[in-house]
Amino acid sequence: MSEFFHMGGYAFYVWGSYGLTAGVLLANLVFATMRRKQILQQIQELSEED
Amino acid sequence: MRLFLFIFKRDMLLAIRRRRELANPLVFFIMVVSMFPLGVTPDHAFLAELSAGVIWVTALLAALISMDSMFRSDYDDGSLEQLLLMPGSKVVLISAKIAAHWVSIGLPLVIIAPLMSFLLFLPPQALPSLIITLLISTPILSLLGAVGVALTLSLRGGGVLSSLLTLPFYVPVLIFSTMAINAAAVNQPVSGYYALLAAFLIVSILLVPFAVVAALRVSYN
Amino acid sequence: MFTFLHKYASPQYFYSWSASWQKWASIIAALLMSVGLYYSLLNSPADYQQGETVRIMYVHVPAAWLSMFGYMVMASAAIVTLIWRIKVAEIMIAQCAVIGASFTALALITGMLWGKPMWGAYWVWDARLTSELVLLFLYFGVIALSGAFDDERAGARAAAILTLVGIVNIPIIHYSVEWWNTLHQGPTVSKFDSPSAHPSMLIPLLVMALAFKAYFFAVLFKRARTELLLRERNTSWVKALLKEAV
Repeated sequence: MSEFFHMGGYAFYVWGSYGLTAGVLLANLVFATMRRKQILQQIQELSEED
Repeated sequence: MRLFLFIFKRDMLLAIRRRRELANPLVFFIMVVSMFPLGVTPDHAFLAELSAGVIWVTALLAALISMDSMFRSDYDDGSLEQLLLMPGSKVVLISAKIAAHWVSIGLPLVIIAPLMSFLLFLPPQALPSLIITLLISTPILSLLGAVGVALTLSLRGGGVLSSLLTLPFYVPVLIFSTMAINAAAVNQPVSGYYALLAAFLIVSILLVPFAVVAALRVSYN
Repeated sequence: MFTFLHKYASPQYFYSWSASWQKWASIIAALLMSVGLYYSLLNSPADYQQGETVRIMYVHVPAAWLSMFGYMVMASAAIVTLIWRIKVAEIMIAQCAVIGASFTALALITGMLWGKPMWGAYWVWDARLTSELVLLFLYFGVIALSGAFDDERAGARAAAILTLVGIVNIPIIHYSVEWWNTLHQGPTVSKFDSPSAHPSMLIPLLVMALAFKAYFFAVLFKRARTELLLRERNTSWVKALLKEAV
């Protein structure tokens, strides 16, 4: 198990890469969701103005 | 062809009337190149190694900052719109404008480049390739710069954005040109690099004016 | 035929049929990602020369492939925008740019993390790395340009022109490792030759690559549909849709 985390001494590089990948994948999802909420709210406000 | 010459002569005439402004990119070129021995080190060997890249980057920047003049004044006073309404090929018209811009701004940079090479101790065997690469590439810079200017013509913060859009396209031109000069400095063959740059130039001349016309249409929306 | 296609491209129609595509793309992406990660991290061998760092390949290469694939999708949207002025395509350009830029950055950084143990350097100015960096700058340019216009449709057309001028960079990235003999390794997977990698490494790579592509479309559709609602907010179908939701 610890060998898995250790990655033959390259833990920083391998887990760094996978961590960043997870980060990018999550970030894209999160930003897309936030943008949707933001836009729905924006449309709501704009239609109330009319 | 007549349209090309007509527009070319018109733009050259306008440039000559504003010849004091034409000196600006040249002065920029000279001053910035001079800053390197002043700000970094006057060491002969060090400068000689950097000279190709420094001269090229500075020439590139000097060209970049003067790109705006290609369409800006004609856009501002409405004459560009009138020109675009003229009968005849818009692509030829735009090519003529870009050509005039190159002759008035890019070509002078090529002409004073040898002076810059003395300032930075460029190895003499590299000087011909400096001139040749600049000669082939400055028209490419003018063409690609035209795209950036045309796309951002109607925008308020246009100038800076135009430079940012154009710079990624300048990177390959810069790389191949400086590789050629550095190869010539150590007496390696350079004809491959020249061929590649010439190919870039031909493709740019053939295709870029269409992109510029399309971009102007967007700006005149 | 074109009236048939135009119907599918109309904002209202697109919004409804893309909903299921988005859902399926997400499901496929999640499944493939799980399978891919299992193979990448647990069920593939360490490399004879590179050791465990070869596992970085299973995220770096798919990210790099996606950075180019994303640009090609953006370029397709650009062509559709300029020729047919279809609103959905106009929206797609900026959204592809955002997602594509994030994967280009990922490819560059994972490349650096792979390069340090492999070659000893985080960065070299070889042809492929440099042109990938130029790709990142191109994406930034498209994002900046499309957002700079008050009229979003003009902004999309301007970004479309920029995208198509920059498309020369893609073959440069792709063939750079064949044309210049520098640091980055040569092509492993080619359309015409049998790949030079062993199946135990090829399978995780391809699964992850497909997972990334499915993910790309899932996020792209999500963002595009959201943007579509904003731009079409004054139409009756959007108003009806939002009233239903509330």
